[in-house]
Amino acid sequence: MTIKTMTAAINEAIDQEMERDEKVFVAGEDVRVGGPFGTEAGLHAKYGDRRIVNTAISELALTGIGVGAAAVGLRPIIEIMIMDFVSVAMDQIVNQMAKMKYMLGGQARLPIVVTTHAGIDSSSAAQHSGSLEAWFCHVPGLKVVMPSNAYDAKGLLTAAIQDDNPVIYISNKRCMQLTSEVPDTPYALPLGVAEVKRAGNDVTVVAIGRSVLDALTAADELAKEGISLEVVDPRTLSPMDMTTILGSVQKTSRAVVAHEAVRTCGIGAEIAATIGDEAFDFLDAPVKRVGAPFTPVPFAPVLEKQYLPGAAEIIAAVRSLYV
Amino acid sequence: MDLSNTDMIRMYEQMTRIREFDERAALLMEQARVHGSVHLYCGEEAIAVGVCEALNSDDYITSTHRGHGHLIAKGGDVQRMYAELFAKASGYNGGKGGSMHMAALDLGIIGANGIVAAGLPIGLGVAFASQYQQNDRVTVCFFGDGATNEGAFHEALNMAAILKAPMVFVCENNGYGEWSKTASQTSVTDIADRAASYGIPGAIVDGMDVAAVHESAHEAIARARGGAGPTLLECKTYRFYDHVGRDFGVLKRDPEEIAKWRARDPILLWREKLIAQGVFDDKQADGITASIAADMEQAIAVAEHSPDPEPEALFTDVYSESLS
Repeated sequence: MTIKTMTAAINEAIDQEMERDEKVFVAGEDVRVGGPFGTEAGLHAKYGDRRIVNTAISELALTGIGVGAAAVGLRPIIEIMIMDFVSVAMDQIVNQMAKMKYMLGGQARLPIVVTTHAGIDSSSAAQHSGSLEAWFCHVPGLKVVMPSNAYDAKGLLTAAIQDDNPVIYISNKRCMQLTSEVPDTPYALPLGVAEVKRAGNDVTVVAIGRSVLDALTAADELAKEGISLEVVDPRTLSPMDMTTILGSVQKTSRAVVAHEAVRTCGIGAEIAATIGDEAFDFLDAPVKRVGAPFTPVPFAPVLEKQYLPGAAEIIAAVRSLYV
Repeated sequence: MDLSNTDMIRMYEQMTRIREFDERAALLMEQARVHGSVHLYCGEEAIAVGVCEALNSDDYITSTHRGHGHLIAKGGDVQRMYAELFAKASGYNGGKGGSMHMAALDLGIIGANGIVAAGLPIGLGVAFASQYQQNDRVTVCFFGDGATNEGAFHEALNMAAILKAPMVFVCENNGYGEWSKTASQTSVTDIADRAASYGIPGAIVDGMDVAAVHESAHEAIARARGGAGPTLLECKTYRFYDHVGRDFGVLKRDPEEIAKWRARDPILLWREKLIAQGVFDDKQADGITASIAADMEQAIAVAEHSPDPEPEALFTDVYSESLS
C-alpha cells in the first residue's frame, strides 16, 4: 500500500492491465510522451510503439481505431485528451461503438475504454473545461465511469478495461493530483456499484467526481450545526446504482444531488427524477440539484470561481431543505 | 492478371446474384413487404465483385448504406440477407439492423453503415488490429464519392498512410451523392487526385469493367499485404436507380445520361466478353441467370415466412455480458 495520486493510480491500472493482457493497447494524441496529465508516463518505454500508439490530432479516426480493433478482438484504450474534444469523435462513440452490438444482432463485443479529462482547471475556458458525462449517460450501449479519488480510479479503470462493453472513463482534472492509499497489486472495483463515502442520517448528498470532495467538506461544516450528511458517490454513472441511493434516501428522507456539470439536463436531474419516482413517500422535502449555471464555462478567474459549484452551494441547498 | 474460365464464370454469377437480389429488393420495398429503406447497388456490381474476388476469405471489408453488393461479393448468404430486410429473427442482424446495418463478422464483413464515411475510421481500426496481430489480413473500405467530403475520410486516410495500414480505400464514384450531382458537392473531378494529399497512390478504374477492377484491386491488396500501406482506388460507375429505391421522386435525371450508362451495364459487358472469348454461350449465360433467379425466389419465400424477433429481443444485446 502506497500513497498515490489519481494520475499515478490510472497509470498503474493501464500498466498492470497491459501486462496482464496482450490485447490491451493505448492509442491517443501524445501518449508516447505520457500525455499532458502523465497518465501514460513511462508506458512507451515499457511497451514500445506497437502498444502505445501516437495518433494524429484526429479524434474521429482515433476513436475509429478503437471501434474497428475491438470489433476484431483487441481491447483498446482510446485517450481523448480533453473531454470537450469528444464532440469531434461523437459519431464513432454514439453511432458506432454504442450501437454496434445491438444493431448487429449481438455479433460484436466492443471492449473499448475511452479515457478523458473533464472539468474546470485554471482558466481553460469554454472549450477545455466541459463536464459532459450526461451526454453519454443518455446513450444506451455505453457505460460511464467517473471516479473521485485515486483508489477508486485504479479499481474502476481496471474493471473498465476488463469489461466487454464500451466504457467512457472520465477523470476530473482537479482530482488528478489528489492522493490516497492505493494498493500496488491489481484490483478491480465492480462497475455500477456506488459507495457511501460518509455515513449520516439527515440528508443524502449524491455527488460525483470532484463534487464528492465538496460534499465531504459540506458534511464537515454542517456537522458543526448538528446536520448529518450521508455522502453517496455513484462512481459509475451508467449503469447507475439507484439501489444504494434510494436506500440512503429512505433513511434520511432528504436529498441533494451535486455535480460540476451544467445543472440543466445534468445527470443530477436523472437522479433527482428517479428519487421522485421511486422514493416520493419517503421524502420530507423536494430533491435539490446543485450544478453549474446554464452558461458556457467562462475564462476570467473571477467568473470561473462564480460559475463553479462547490461546498458553499451544497450547504445552501441542504439548508433550503429545512426552510 | 490471368483469370481462369472458372474465375470468370464465378464473377459473372456473383454480379448476377447481386443484380437479381437488388432488383427483387426494390420490388419488395415498393410492395411494402420489406421494411425501411433499400439503397440499390444495381449498376455498381463490377466493383464489389472485382474487389472481393481479389480478397482472401479471412480478409475484411467495411461497407455502406448501399451495401448489399458488398455482402454478397464477400460471401453473404442471400436468404439471411432477405430475412434481415423482412426484419426476421433469422436475418444477419436478428432483425435489429436492416438493410443499412447488415454485417457478418464471421465472413469478415464488419458491416454496412448508415452514417456516410463511418466505415473508414472503423476499417482503419480493423487494419490496425491486423498489423498488431501480424495476421497478414487486408481490410477494404468501400464508400461512395459523397463520403470523400466527410472529415472521417480525411482523418482515416491520413492516419492509414502514417501507420502504413494494410488497407485499400475503394471509392464508388457513381456521379451522385444522395440526390445531388457529385460535381456540385465535390471540389475535384477525379477523387483519385485526393490520394496525393496523403502521399499514397491513387488510381482511376473503370468501375463497369469487372476485370479492370479486379486487376487494380489485386495490385492494391498485394501492396497493402506487403506492408507498403494503403491505396485509394476510384471506380467510375453509375447508380442505375435513385438514391433510395428505384425512383424516390425528387430527382429527375437526364434519360440520355441513364441510357449512356445502361449501355455500359457491367453484367452485359462481362457477358459479351465471356461469350466472345468462348467461355460460355448465350444459352449457358441465360441458364446461370435463371438458376440464380430461382434461388432468389426460394430465398425470399423462406425469409418472408420465417419468425419475427421475440419481444424480449428489444432488450437483448444492448450490453455484453463480460467474459473476463
